[in-house]
Amino acid sequence: MSTTQPPEETLADVVMVDYGLGNLRSAMRGLERAGANVVVSDDPADFDDADGIVLPGVGAFSEGMENAGPFREPLAEAAADGTPIFGICLGMQMLLTSSEEADHAGEGEVEGLDFIPGRNVRFDEGQKVPHMGWNELNVQRDHPLVEGVDGEYAYFVHSYYADPDDEDAVVASTDYGVEFPAVVANEEGTVFGTQFHPEKSGETGLTILRNFVEFCAER
Amino acid sequence: MLTKRIIPCIDVDLDEDGNPAVYTGVNFEDLKYTGDPVEMAKLYNEAGADEFVFLDITASAEGRETMLDTVSKVADEVFIPLTVGGGIRTRDDIKETLRAGADKVSINTAALQNPDLIEEGARSFGSQCIVISVDARRRYDEAGEHYAEVDGESCWFECTVKGGREGTGVDVIEWAREAESRGAGELFINSIDADGTKDGYDIPLTKAVCDNVSTPVIASSGCGGPEDMYEVFTEAGADAGLAASIFHFDEYTIQDVKEYLDERDVPVRL
Repeated sequence: MSTTQPPEETLADVVMVDYGLGNLRSAMRGLERAGANVVVSDDPADFDDADGIVLPGVGAFSEGMENAGPFREPLAEAAADGTPIFGICLGMQMLLTSSEEADHAGEGEVEGLDFIPGRNVRFDEGQKVPHMGWNELNVQRDHPLVEGVDGEYAYFVHSYYADPDDEDAVVASTDYGVEFPAVVANEEGTVFGTQFHPEKSGETGLTILRNFVEFCAER
Repeated sequence: MLTKRIIPCIDVDLDEDGNPAVYTGVNFEDLKYTGDPVEMAKLYNEAGADEFVFLDITASAEGRETMLDTVSKVADEVFIPLTVGGGIRTRDDIKETLRAGADKVSINTAALQNPDLIEEGARSFGSQCIVISVDARRRYDEAGEHYAEVDGESCWFECTVKGGREGTGVDVIEWAREAESRGAGELFINSIDADGTKDGYDIPLTKAVCDNVSTPVIASSGCGGPEDMYEVFTEAGADAGLAASIFHFDEYTIQDVKEYLDERDVPVRL
């Protein structure tokens, strides 16, 4: 049976944070295919009953952080409670402490959510940016999110990448001139993110979304 | 390693009953009914396409609502990047199309007429979703700026509108550079000369564009099989190859093309 068929019953309640950016439709459909009941919400009160939280994201770091400002405290609380938090693309970059992107844009130091200590940095001059297209995932260590996807391809669109202070935060990496983190996670393994778009990464992406939903369901 | 992308494309028009349907050109002129857009999108998603392009060829205001509805249905079935083009003229058109579920919009004539639209779109939605599409035609006169050698003759490439029926006098290479500097995230290069021939992509055209910009280039028009994809990747330097009829009429599967490329060391997602 094709894995793209929608499951018959939902496994977990997932809140997708709507902070006014980007196309949430694909990520929502992807999560639904993966067995989640998805609520798109801009109300932090919805985090309380969630089995998991998704931070989507397209756009610039400082704008993203500005829009995510009201969610900073509620997200920190959810993370402290051990609620799984999944950042996608810019949503992943926001999990770190800061980003060069804000510096480059002349916006000074813009604070990230700081769940994973480190900084987002730009690809070297010699590389075509954005890094756009399908590239290979090299799993570096065990994490439920990446089960079954080592060596598979995912769809990326980005010019900056995460550079966590602790090497162990890197769950999977990808080669684009440098070997950069494609999947990162905090020490507890409950806050994590993918630089690529799982909702645009075909079967591999759906596997990751399913892994996420199952991880949420087990907690 | 970043892979070369294989992209099927559908041209969608309204049928006699006003329902969206895919039509494919056969022998330059005749458009043949090919299938239901949502069903075709679903099949290509499962067949390993790297992206999917949906072109609205109705070019009518009445058709637009229906088309956006169809785009949403396609977006719900496709878990790969979706580009939508045709009839996108304003920032609001871009917004509506993205909201319907497209990841990128392809803009052609409207960008030539109003280049500021590229900046507006890139600033509001990000460069990654602004694809500039060009219908190029070879011209063998002195009016161009960048010349290429084709079969021993010198020619330049002109941007055309109305499906190649009308020239604009604008040199494709100049336009490609300008579009890039204004924030285009990708260039979609069609060739009026190669379109429908199945004799291969316009290599001199594609190569000239690739050599002059660093934005990813999608080569289109003329693909007759895997060897044409190989040629456009290795000789012209394209980042993606687009094809319609070879896939729609089951002459080759996406897998056939990718295996052919993989055997010849072109990186693809298998």
